[in-house]
Amino acid sequence: MADIQSLIDKLKGKFPASIQQLKTFRGEVTVTLPKEDIYAICQFLSSDSELQFQFLTDLCGVDFFPETPRFEVVYLLYSMKNNLRLRLKAKVAQGESIPSVESIWKAANWLEREVYDLFGIPFENHPDLRRILLWDGYEGFPLRKDYPVEGPDFDKPFVLEV
Amino acid sequence: MGVETYLDKTPLMPYLDKVVNWGRKYSIWPVTFGLACCALEMMVASMATWDISRFGSEIFRPSPRQSDLMIVAGTLTKKMAPMVRRIYDQMPEPKWVIAMGACACSGGIFKTYSVVQGVDQILPVDFYIPGCPPKPEALLAALVKLQKKIEKESLADRKDVRSSLELG
Repeated sequence: MADIQSLIDKLKGKFPASIQQLKTFRGEVTVTLPKEDIYAICQFLSSDSELQFQFLTDLCGVDFFPETPRFEVVYLLYSMKNNLRLRLKAKVAQGESIPSVESIWKAANWLEREVYDLFGIPFENHPDLRRILLWDGYEGFPLRKDYPVEGPDFDKPFVLEV
Repeated sequence: MGVETYLDKTPLMPYLDKVVNWGRKYSIWPVTFGLACCALEMMVASMATWDISRFGSEIFRPSPRQSDLMIVAGTLTKKMAPMVRRIYDQMPEPKWVIAMGACACSGGIFKTYSVVQGVDQILPVDFYIPGCPPKPEALLAALVKLQKKIEKESLADRKDVRSSLELG
């Protein structure tokens, strides 16, 4: 059984250059990584026979406008075997893309589509990167901080295209 | 087609209107669909306490082809709008629409890019029920008002009938 400390040691030993920041708060571990290394580290965490982070609880985006880099993608992982949770964070600048982890966890497929839909962060090598909540042809990314809350033309007459 | 074809040949038309409307107003079958929380109040209206069947409307039809009334109960998002319009188009004449709740009437609290600001932008609405959500009594009140409206309708005034009679 791996515990939090052995998880931290293992990550530090395996990817010493990748860990930008490592925070532990009340038993919750948060690791900040460069986005280029996300795929390799996720691959390691899920396939390592001791850690077995095989469950992607959630994947979401955050907008820190007007900071740069502006966006952050957050991965919440869970290891069923060890009852361990791990939070990964990767900063993404506007206009940049981040590797998809869909080939590691199938659950990432729709979650990454949601982040793309609402924040406009593209995911590389995603098999089906389309909007998921908003309709095709929608312009803009509504969860961005610089997007008006009501949308640019919410009160204009709605014309149905059938 | 149907009883309307003989309208111009009979002097009994006012009486025919009366009989047909009497039948129609006590068998308004709503189409089964709900969009948000107002749908729960709509369901409650069909349960024992309020019992929409007292007014002949308890048969929520699973197919729009068998329905007369569309109760738009809830928030209509712009993504959902084409489907709702399609259900409406599939309903045979005569058909009526009740916009139930603040969201269906005007968009309600959802002043946003994703919500249609009132279903009257895509459907011809007969009655608006305010409330968030409206009580089942309010839905029944709208239904009774709709019955009164149907009572006063004349077959010859209906657009599809006029075109089939070539009255212009």
